[in-house]
Amino acid sequence: MADLRPAGRWCLMLEGLHGRKGLQFVLALLAGMAFGFLLQKGGVTEYDVITGQLLLQDFTVVKVMLSAVIVGSLGIHLLRSLGMARLHPKPGSLGSSALGGLVFGAGFATLGYCPGTVAGAVGSGALDALFGGVVGILLGAGLFSKAYTGMSRGVMLKADFGDRTIPRALGVNSWAVVLPACVLMAAVLWLLESAGY
Amino acid sequence: MEWLTMRTWSPYAVGAGIGVLSWLTFLLSDKPLGCSTAFARTSGMIEKLFRGRKVEDRPYYRKFAPVIDWEWMLVLGVFLGALVSSLTSGSFELTLQHPRWVSHFGDSPVARLVVALAGGVLMGFGARWAGGCTSGHGISGTLQMALSSWIAAISFFAGGIASAWLIFGLLGGGV
Repeated sequence: MADLRPAGRWCLMLEGLHGRKGLQFVLALLAGMAFGFLLQKGGVTEYDVITGQLLLQDFTVVKVMLSAVIVGSLGIHLLRSLGMARLHPKPGSLGSSALGGLVFGAGFATLGYCPGTVAGAVGSGALDALFGGVVGILLGAGLFSKAYTGMSRGVMLKADFGDRTIPRALGVNSWAVVLPACVLMAAVLWLLESAGY
Repeated sequence: MEWLTMRTWSPYAVGAGIGVLSWLTFLLSDKPLGCSTAFARTSGMIEKLFRGRKVEDRPYYRKFAPVIDWEWMLVLGVFLGALVSSLTSGSFELTLQHPRWVSHFGDSPVARLVVALAGGVLMGFGARWAGGCTSGHGISGTLQMALSSWIAAISFFAGGIASAWLIFGLLGGGV
Protein backbone atom coordinates (compact mmCIF):
# COMPACT_ATOMS: atom_id res chain seq x y z
CA MET A 1 0.00 0.00 0.00
CA ALA A 2 1.34 3.40 -0.99
CA ASP A 3 0.23 4.93 2.27
CA LEU A 4 2.84 7.65 2.50
CA ARG A 5 3.75 9.78 -0.45
CA PRO A 6 6.27 12.30 0.81
CA ALA A 7 5.30 15.78 -0.31
CA GLY A 8 8.66 17.33 0.49
CA ARG A 9 9.01 20.15 2.96
CA TRP A 10 5.37 20.07 4.02
CA CYS A 11 5.72 16.59 5.49
CA LEU A 12 8.93 17.38 7.33
CA MET A 13 7.32 20.48 8.79
CA LEU A 14 4.26 18.51 9.90
CA GLU A 15 6.37 15.75 11.42
CA GLY A 16 8.30 18.34 13.41
CA LEU A 17 4.99 19.74 14.61
CA HIS A 18 3.68 16.29 15.62
CA GLY A 19 6.72 15.75 17.87
CA ARG A 20 6.33 18.92 19.94
CA LYS A 21 4.53 17.65 23.03
CA GLY A 22 3.72 20.95 24.75
CA LEU A 23 2.39 22.49 21.57
CA GLN A 24 0.38 19.32 20.85
CA PHE A 25 -1.32 19.59 24.26
CA VAL A 26 -2.34 23.16 23.43
CA LEU A 27 -3.63 22.05 19.99
CA ALA A 28 -5.57 19.19 21.65
CA LEU A 29 -7.17 21.59 24.11
CA LEU A 30 -8.13 23.98 21.29
CA ALA A 31 -9.48 21.14 19.11
CA GLY A 32 -11.46 19.86 22.10
CA MET A 33 -12.90 23.31 22.72
CA ALA A 34 -14.02 23.56 19.10
CA PHE A 35 -15.47 20.04 19.32
CA GLY A 36 -17.36 20.78 22.56
CA PHE A 37 -18.58 24.14 21.22
CA LEU A 38 -19.94 22.41 18.09
CA LEU A 39 -21.54 19.52 20.01
CA GLN A 40 -23.28 21.99 22.32
CA LYS A 41 -24.51 24.11 19.39
CA GLY A 42 -25.81 20.97 17.70
CA GLY A 43 -27.93 20.14 20.74
CA VAL A 44 -26.37 16.68 20.97
CA THR A 45 -25.18 17.31 24.53
CA GLU A 46 -28.85 17.08 25.60
CA TYR A 47 -30.32 13.91 27.12
CA ASP A 48 -33.64 14.35 25.31
CA VAL A 49 -31.96 14.75 21.90
CA ILE A 50 -29.85 11.60 22.31
CA THR A 51 -32.65 9.42 23.71
CA GLY A 52 -34.95 10.89 21.02
CA GLN A 53 -32.49 9.62 18.40
CA LEU A 54 -32.42 6.12 19.89
CA LEU A 55 -36.24 6.12 19.92
CA LEU A 56 -36.09 7.19 16.23
CA GLN A 57 -38.11 10.34 16.91
CA ASP A 58 -35.40 13.01 16.54
CA PHE A 59 -32.64 12.48 13.96
CA THR A 60 -30.29 15.28 15.06
CA VAL A 61 -27.54 12.86 16.17
CA VAL A 62 -27.57 11.00 12.84
CA LYS A 63 -27.58 14.29 10.89
CA VAL A 64 -24.55 15.59 12.81
CA MET A 65 -22.66 12.29 12.55
CA LEU A 66 -23.30 11.61 8.86
CA SER A 67 -22.44 15.14 7.77
CA ALA A 68 -19.24 14.96 9.86
CA VAL A 69 -18.32 11.63 8.25
CA ILE A 70 -19.04 12.88 4.70
CA VAL A 71 -17.01 16.09 5.07
CA GLY A 72 -14.35 14.37 7.17
CA SER A 73 -13.77 11.40 4.89
CA LEU A 74 -13.52 13.47 1.70
CA GLY A 75 -10.93 15.74 3.32
CA ILE A 76 -8.92 13.06 5.11
CA HIS A 77 -8.66 10.91 2.00
CA LEU A 78 -7.63 13.93 -0.06
CA LEU A 79 -4.93 14.79 2.49
CA ARG A 80 -3.84 11.17 2.40
CA SER A 81 -3.69 11.10 -1.41
CA LEU A 82 -1.52 14.24 -1.20
CA GLY A 83 0.74 12.49 1.31
CA MET A 84 -0.09 14.98 4.07
CA ALA A 85 -1.94 12.69 6.49
CA ARG A 86 -1.96 9.02 7.39
CA LEU A 87 -4.84 6.85 8.52
CA HIS A 88 -5.13 5.33 11.99
CA PRO A 89 -7.74 2.57 11.65
CA LYS A 90 -8.41 0.73 14.92
CA PRO A 91 -8.05 -3.05 15.13
CA GLY A 92 -11.20 -5.03 15.88
CA SER A 93 -13.04 -8.34 15.89
CA LEU A 94 -16.66 -9.37 16.11
CA GLY A 95 -15.94 -10.37 19.73
CA SER A 96 -14.81 -6.83 20.57
CA SER A 97 -16.30 -4.33 18.08
CA ALA A 98 -19.74 -5.97 17.86
CA LEU A 99 -20.23 -7.36 21.39
CA GLY A 100 -18.57 -4.41 23.11
CA GLY A 101 -20.55 -2.15 20.78
CA LEU A 102 -23.86 -3.66 21.89
CA VAL A 103 -22.94 -3.16 25.57
CA PHE A 104 -21.92 0.42 24.73
CA GLY A 105 -25.35 0.86 23.08
CA ALA A 106 -27.14 -0.32 26.22
CA GLY A 107 -25.14 2.25 28.20
CA PHE A 108 -25.83 4.91 25.55
CA ALA A 109 -29.62 4.52 26.01
CA THR A 110 -29.46 4.17 29.81
CA LEU A 111 -27.20 7.15 30.39
CA GLY A 112 -28.43 9.30 27.50
CA TYR A 113 -24.94 10.63 26.69
CA CYS A 114 -21.74 9.19 25.23
CA PRO A 115 -18.16 9.75 26.45
CA GLY A 116 -17.70 12.91 24.35
CA THR A 117 -21.16 14.42 24.78
CA VAL A 118 -21.13 13.64 28.53
CA ALA A 119 -18.18 16.07 28.90
CA GLY A 120 -20.15 18.63 26.86
CA ALA A 121 -23.29 18.01 28.92
CA VAL A 122 -21.31 18.69 32.12
CA GLY A 123 -20.18 21.96 30.50
CA SER A 124 -23.85 22.80 29.87
CA GLY A 125 -24.72 22.22 33.53
CA ALA A 126 -26.17 18.68 33.45
CA LEU A 127 -25.55 17.26 36.92
CA ASP A 128 -26.72 13.75 35.99
CA ALA A 129 -23.94 13.78 33.35
CA LEU A 130 -21.37 14.64 36.03
CA PHE A 131 -22.40 12.57 39.06
CA GLY A 132 -23.99 9.71 37.12
CA GLY A 133 -22.30 9.73 33.73
CA VAL A 134 -18.67 10.69 34.32
CA VAL A 135 -18.42 8.71 37.58
CA GLY A 136 -20.08 5.68 35.96
CA ILE A 137 -17.85 5.75 32.87
CA LEU A 138 -14.74 5.95 35.07
CA LEU A 139 -15.98 2.96 37.09
CA GLY A 140 -16.89 0.99 33.97
CA ALA A 141 -13.54 1.70 32.31
CA GLY A 142 -11.77 0.69 35.54
CA LEU A 143 -13.71 -2.59 35.67
CA PHE A 144 -12.77 -3.25 32.05
CA SER A 145 -9.07 -2.73 32.82
CA LYS A 146 -9.35 -5.77 35.14
CA ALA A 147 -11.54 -7.86 32.83
CA TYR A 148 -9.24 -7.11 29.86
CA THR A 149 -6.53 -9.55 30.97
CA GLY A 150 -8.87 -12.53 30.48
CA MET A 151 -11.09 -11.13 27.71
CA SER A 152 -8.16 -10.19 25.47
CA ARG A 153 -7.21 -13.89 25.35
CA GLY A 154 -10.78 -15.12 24.88
CA VAL A 155 -13.89 -13.42 23.57
CA MET A 156 -12.05 -10.44 22.06
CA LEU A 157 -10.19 -12.74 19.65
CA LYS A 158 -13.38 -14.15 18.10
CA ALA A 159 -13.56 -13.37 14.37
CA ASP A 160 -10.59 -11.01 14.43
CA PHE A 161 -10.19 -8.82 11.35
CA GLY A 162 -7.34 -6.60 12.49
CA ASP A 163 -7.05 -2.95 11.53
CA ARG A 164 -8.07 -3.28 7.91
CA THR A 165 -10.14 -0.66 6.22
CA ILE A 166 -13.08 -1.53 3.97
CA PRO A 167 -11.12 -0.58 0.79
CA ARG A 168 -8.25 -2.82 1.88
CA ALA A 169 -10.60 -5.70 2.74
CA LEU A 170 -12.13 -5.37 -0.75
CA GLY A 171 -8.74 -4.86 -2.39
CA VAL A 172 -9.76 -1.61 -4.10
CA ASN A 173 -8.60 2.01 -4.19
CA SER A 174 -9.87 4.06 -1.19
CA TRP A 175 -11.81 6.46 -3.42
CA ALA A 176 -13.80 3.53 -4.86
CA VAL A 177 -15.33 3.15 -1.38
CA VAL A 178 -15.22 6.75 -0.11
CA LEU A 179 -17.14 8.32 -3.01
CA PRO A 180 -20.05 5.81 -3.14
CA ALA A 181 -20.23 5.80 0.69
CA CYS A 182 -20.51 9.61 0.74
CA VAL A 183 -23.23 9.56 -1.94
CA LEU A 184 -25.10 6.91 0.07
CA MET A 185 -24.83 8.89 3.34
CA ALA A 186 -25.98 12.07 1.57
CA ALA A 187 -28.94 10.10 0.18
CA VAL A 188 -29.87 8.96 3.71
CA LEU A 189 -29.81 12.59 4.88
CA TRP A 190 -31.92 13.66 1.90
CA LEU A 191 -34.45 10.89 2.62
CA LEU A 192 -34.66 11.90 6.29
CA GLU A 193 -35.37 15.51 5.29
CA SER A 194 -37.95 14.46 2.67
CA ALA A 195 -39.68 12.26 5.22
CA GLY A 196 -40.04 15.31 7.46
CA TYR A 197 -37.51 14.38 10.17
CA MET B 1 -20.96 37.65 14.79
CA GLU B 2 -24.42 37.05 16.28
CA TRP B 3 -24.33 33.44 15.05
CA LEU B 4 -21.62 32.65 17.58
CA THR B 5 -24.00 33.20 20.49
CA MET B 6 -27.05 31.50 18.96
CA ARG B 7 -28.44 28.66 21.10
CA THR B 8 -28.45 26.09 18.32
CA TRP B 9 -27.00 25.67 14.86
CA SER B 10 -28.15 23.51 11.98
CA PRO B 11 -27.02 19.91 12.58
CA TYR B 12 -25.49 19.95 9.09
CA ALA B 13 -23.37 23.01 9.89
CA VAL B 14 -22.27 21.37 13.15
CA GLY B 15 -21.46 18.09 11.39
CA ALA B 16 -19.52 19.84 8.61
CA GLY B 17 -17.62 21.77 11.29
CA ILE B 18 -16.66 18.53 13.05
CA GLY B 19 -15.56 17.11 9.69
CA VAL B 20 -13.27 20.09 9.05
CA LEU B 21 -11.99 19.84 12.63
CA SER B 22 -11.00 16.23 11.95
CA TRP B 23 -8.95 17.36 8.91
CA LEU B 24 -7.06 19.72 11.20
CA THR B 25 -6.34 17.15 13.91
CA PHE B 26 -5.08 14.62 11.34
CA LEU B 27 -2.95 17.27 9.66
CA LEU B 28 -1.56 19.15 12.65
CA SER B 29 -1.51 16.41 15.32
CA ASP B 30 -1.65 13.10 13.37
CA LYS B 31 -4.58 12.18 15.66
CA PRO B 32 -8.22 11.26 15.14
CA LEU B 33 -10.89 12.75 17.44
CA GLY B 34 -11.77 10.28 20.22
CA CYS B 35 -12.88 10.49 23.84
CA SER B 36 -13.12 7.16 25.65
CA THR B 37 -9.44 6.33 26.34
CA ALA B 38 -9.20 9.55 28.37
CA PHE B 39 -11.73 8.02 30.79
CA ALA B 40 -9.75 4.76 30.99
CA ARG B 41 -6.52 6.66 31.71
CA THR B 42 -8.24 8.83 34.35
CA SER B 43 -9.69 5.75 36.01
CA GLY B 44 -6.17 4.30 36.20
CA MET B 45 -4.78 7.58 37.60
CA ILE B 46 -7.43 7.59 40.34
CA GLU B 47 -6.82 3.92 41.17
CA LYS B 48 -3.09 4.66 41.36
CA LEU B 49 -3.78 7.23 44.08
CA PHE B 50 -5.28 4.49 46.25
CA ARG B 51 -3.34 1.41 45.28
CA GLY B 52 0.02 2.77 44.22
CA ARG B 53 2.22 2.07 41.23
CA LYS B 54 1.34 -1.63 40.92
CA VAL B 55 -1.76 -0.51 39.00
CA GLU B 56 0.58 0.35 36.12
CA ASP B 57 1.54 -3.33 35.81
CA ARG B 58 -1.96 -4.37 34.78
CA PRO B 59 -1.77 -5.40 31.10
CA TYR B 60 -4.48 -2.92 30.11
CA TYR B 61 -2.58 0.03 31.59
CA ARG B 62 0.63 -1.11 29.91
CA LYS B 63 -1.27 -0.55 26.67
CA PHE B 64 -3.05 2.63 27.80
CA ALA B 65 -0.78 4.19 30.42
CA PRO B 66 -2.64 6.07 33.19
CA VAL B 67 -1.23 9.49 32.28
CA ILE B 68 -2.49 12.73 30.76
CA ASP B 69 -2.13 12.60 26.97
CA TRP B 70 -3.37 14.34 23.81
CA GLU B 71 -6.83 12.82 24.00
CA TRP B 72 -7.17 13.72 27.70
CA MET B 73 -6.55 17.37 26.81
CA LEU B 74 -9.12 17.02 24.02
CA VAL B 75 -11.82 15.84 26.46
CA LEU B 76 -10.96 18.67 28.87
CA GLY B 77 -11.42 20.99 25.88
CA VAL B 78 -14.84 19.46 25.06
CA PHE B 79 -16.01 20.39 28.57
CA LEU B 80 -14.61 23.93 28.26
CA GLY B 81 -15.93 24.47 24.72
CA ALA B 82 -19.45 23.39 25.71
CA LEU B 83 -19.22 25.61 28.79
CA VAL B 84 -18.28 28.64 26.63
CA SER B 85 -21.04 27.84 24.14
CA SER B 86 -23.75 27.39 26.77
CA LEU B 87 -22.72 30.42 28.85
CA THR B 88 -22.49 32.79 25.88
CA SER B 89 -25.80 31.61 24.38
CA GLY B 90 -27.68 31.68 27.68
CA SER B 91 -28.45 27.95 27.58
CA PHE B 92 -26.29 27.03 30.59
CA GLU B 93 -28.52 25.65 33.31
CA LEU B 94 -27.82 23.39 36.28
CA THR B 95 -30.18 20.48 35.71
CA LEU B 96 -30.58 16.97 36.97
CA GLN B 97 -33.81 16.08 35.21
CA HIS B 98 -34.90 15.98 31.60
CA PRO B 99 -38.47 16.10 30.24
CA ARG B 100 -38.37 12.65 28.58
CA TRP B 101 -37.07 10.95 31.74
CA VAL B 102 -39.56 12.73 34.04
CA SER B 103 -42.56 11.96 31.80
CA HIS B 104 -41.79 8.22 31.98
CA PHE B 105 -40.25 7.72 35.41
CA GLY B 106 -41.16 10.72 37.58
CA ASP B 107 -38.92 13.36 39.11
CA SER B 108 -37.02 11.47 41.82
CA PRO B 109 -33.42 12.74 41.62
CA VAL B 110 -32.09 9.54 43.21
CA ALA B 111 -33.71 7.36 40.54
CA ARG B 112 -32.23 9.45 37.70
CA LEU B 113 -28.75 9.45 39.29
CA VAL B 114 -28.73 5.70 39.97
CA VAL B 115 -29.84 4.91 36.40
CA ALA B 116 -27.32 7.39 34.93
CA LEU B 117 -24.58 5.78 37.02
CA ALA B 118 -25.58 2.28 35.83
CA GLY B 119 -25.65 3.55 32.24
CA GLY B 120 -22.22 5.11 32.70
CA VAL B 121 -20.75 1.84 33.99
CA LEU B 122 -22.15 -0.08 30.98
CA MET B 123 -20.88 2.62 28.64
CA GLY B 124 -17.38 2.81 30.14
CA PHE B 125 -17.04 -0.97 30.03
CA GLY B 126 -18.54 -1.27 26.53
CA ALA B 127 -16.50 1.60 25.07
CA ARG B 128 -13.19 0.05 26.14
CA TRP B 129 -14.38 -3.43 25.12
CA ALA B 130 -15.25 -2.13 21.64
CA GLY B 131 -12.06 -0.05 21.57
CA GLY B 132 -13.77 3.30 21.03
CA CYS B 133 -16.89 5.40 21.36
CA THR B 134 -19.29 7.47 19.29
CA SER B 135 -16.47 9.86 18.38
CA GLY B 136 -13.45 7.53 18.07
CA HIS B 137 -15.34 4.80 16.18
CA GLY B 138 -18.59 6.55 15.22
CA ILE B 139 -17.05 9.59 13.54
CA SER B 140 -13.24 9.27 13.26
CA GLY B 141 -13.16 5.55 12.50
CA THR B 142 -16.03 5.48 10.02
CA LEU B 143 -14.62 8.47 8.10
CA GLN B 144 -11.39 6.48 7.67
CA MET B 145 -13.58 3.59 6.39
CA ALA B 146 -12.16 1.32 9.12
CA LEU B 147 -13.99 -2.02 9.18
CA SER B 148 -13.87 -2.23 13.01
CA SER B 149 -15.46 1.22 13.32
CA TRP B 150 -18.36 0.58 10.94
CA ILE B 151 -19.17 -2.64 12.81
CA ALA B 152 -18.85 -0.87 16.18
CA ALA B 153 -20.96 2.13 15.10
CA ILE B 154 -23.75 -0.12 13.78
CA SER B 155 -23.61 -2.10 17.06
CA PHE B 156 -23.77 1.12 19.15
CA PHE B 157 -27.01 2.09 17.46
CA ALA B 158 -28.45 -1.46 17.37
CA GLY B 159 -27.81 -1.84 21.12
CA GLY B 160 -28.93 1.73 21.80
CA ILE B 161 -32.19 1.53 19.84
CA ALA B 162 -33.12 -1.85 21.38
CA SER B 163 -32.31 -0.60 24.90
CA ALA B 164 -34.16 2.70 24.44
CA TRP B 165 -37.32 0.83 23.38
CA LEU B 166 -36.93 -1.51 26.33
CA ILE B 167 -36.40 1.39 28.78
CA PHE B 168 -39.05 3.83 27.55
CA GLY B 169 -41.43 1.49 25.74
CA LEU B 170 -41.58 -1.50 28.07
CA LEU B 171 -40.42 -0.27 31.50
CA GLY B 172 -41.57 3.32 31.05
CA GLY B 173 -45.10 2.45 29.92
CA GLY B 174 -44.92 3.19 26.18
CA VAL B 175 -42.99 5.54 23.90
